[in-house]
Amino acid sequence: MLSSLHLNPTLNYATLNYSATLLPLRGSRRRTRRNGANESLVSTAHPARQYPSLSASLAPAREVEERKEEALLPPHLRPESLPRHVAVIMDGNSRWAKARGLPSSAGHEAGYRTLKKMVELSCQWGIRALTVFAFSSENWTRPKMEVDFLMTLFENVLKEGLGEFVREGIRICIIGDSSELPQSLQKLAKEVVDKTKNNTQIDLIVAISYSGRKEITQACQNIAQKVKDGLLEPEDITESHIEEELETNCIPEFPNPDLLIRTSGELRLSNFLLWQSAYTELFFTNTYWPDFGEADYIEALTSFQNRQRRFGQRIN
Amino acid sequence: MRKRSRKIVARIIGRLWRLFRRWLFLMFSFGPMPQHIAFILDGNRRYAKKHNLKMGAGHTVGFNSLVAVLRYCYELGVKQVTVYAFSIDNFRRKPEEVKGLMALMKEKIDELLDEDTIVHKFGLRINFWGCLHMLSEPARAAAERAMAATANNTGPVLSVCVAYTSTDEILRAIKKSCSKKTAEGCLRFTGDPVRDGACGAIAVADLEENLDSADCPDPDILIRTSGETRLSNFLLWQSTLTHLQNPLPLWPEFSLRNLIWAILEYQRVYPYLEARRRSLAKKHN
Repeated sequence: MLSSLHLNPTLNYATLNYSATLLPLRGSRRRTRRNGANESLVSTAHPARQYPSLSASLAPAREVEERKEEALLPPHLRPESLPRHVAVIMDGNSRWAKARGLPSSAGHEAGYRTLKKMVELSCQWGIRALTVFAFSSENWTRPKMEVDFLMTLFENVLKEGLGEFVREGIRICIIGDSSELPQSLQKLAKEVVDKTKNNTQIDLIVAISYSGRKEITQACQNIAQKVKDGLLEPEDITESHIEEELETNCIPEFPNPDLLIRTSGELRLSNFLLWQSAYTELFFTNTYWPDFGEADYIEALTSFQNRQRRFGQRIN
Repeated sequence: MRKRSRKIVARIIGRLWRLFRRWLFLMFSFGPMPQHIAFILDGNRRYAKKHNLKMGAGHTVGFNSLVAVLRYCYELGVKQVTVYAFSIDNFRRKPEEVKGLMALMKEKIDELLDEDTIVHKFGLRINFWGCLHMLSEPARAAAERAMAATANNTGPVLSVCVAYTSTDEILRAIKKSCSKKTAEGCLRFTGDPVRDGACGAIAVADLEENLDSADCPDPDILIRTSGETRLSNFLLWQSTLTHLQNPLPLWPEFSLRNLIWAILEYQRVYPYLEARRRSLAKKHN
């Protein structure tokens, strides 16, 4: 499924995992508009051209890969205007299940399958980071049976998915207050984060037991500790100091999402990535999360593509 | 004579319209009413371009629209209205535009304090949130005059965000919290384990009480006009459970009809929002 990939042009090619040179070169060229101005950029950027013997042996395979890449991105989506970091509030699992007369656990399982599909599509289309809101700190007030089921689901997903994460190059980060999670899940989460930390195809941040306000408060406490240690004076604190302490700094290149999708028709942020979503484009859809498919994702990305982002200034 | 009769007719129509509004708002008040509405006043310049007005005229029309919307909100019984008038990012616009906006701000703030405006009609208390020291001197002085003149009013509250971004507000709250804890001796080891142990770590509540919006409940509705769907660094901390709306009309075109629709939408989702708030309150207790 992930045999050819679009990679962001800002990705440092030197860090690509060339221990996988036994495999065909994976989509290491970013699709760009075919015009004269860009051809030269494309030819110098391709890493294999630095190694003539390698490039000669793989030339036919590369052309096939490039044609496959063109086919993978939906026709009206332009790769240069895709968001680099997408955040998703996966809302509506219980309501989806209730509408079908199923228990909420069926909704969460269906939601997991949708998430898998979304990660695959994001890899294919060159989205570099995906943050998903799996479990809010407010969700602890849900019925115990549902909470226990969710914790078990997260453990199974992490256990069974570890092989696939490594194979597909998915780097997992877990954010949120891990102290409230069961011990076994905490241990497993640390293990998965550790084993996938060198992967480079896509960063998947999973927010479990997460609250945006608590994240900012924790950052404040870390800064207060620095003040206590004499490393910083209160009046010298800047926004960068705060951003360094936020948990989303596990992706230092683009910690702030460009696009935030919330399903099931709810029009609010619900304590998710409060600081980080200052300039994030919001996309709301009435579809429940288990029903969120490729077509809905394309609709969200198309909507993002058509927006004019000004960041407080004027664009004439 | 004809001029006089036209004036009389206009006055009668005005009275009938006010009566109709009062009846309409009474109907709405049977359902749940938002206590706090926040507005992002987006689309003034696009309005000016659309109607071939000169630069800056869009903002003047926008101000008139704001006064009308404020009147409707306070007649509806909304206790707090917050508006995003000028962001810190807007200082990066062209200098003549920024200068024009500062001058407009000063003029309109002074106008609001005149007799026979909504400030006196409703007994409004005006707050200014943001880095007021970044404003031009006349605008800053006008803002402080307005805050001082209305400090003792007991009516609804108007909070105007100027030279404001939410990340800057949170940063200032963090600085204040750290300074306070330092002053209390909590952030320096005194060597006394009892004293060091007594000072707690900074909590969510500590940050909240140092925000500009400390004495203000979170907004129930946040309306951004002109169809844009982003917060642009406005009330990020406060809008966790806020119902976000993005009507298509540009801000000068935002009318009573749009406000009524916004409130109807809020009333439709209110039961779900209230259930979430109650379960959150249960968790914190």
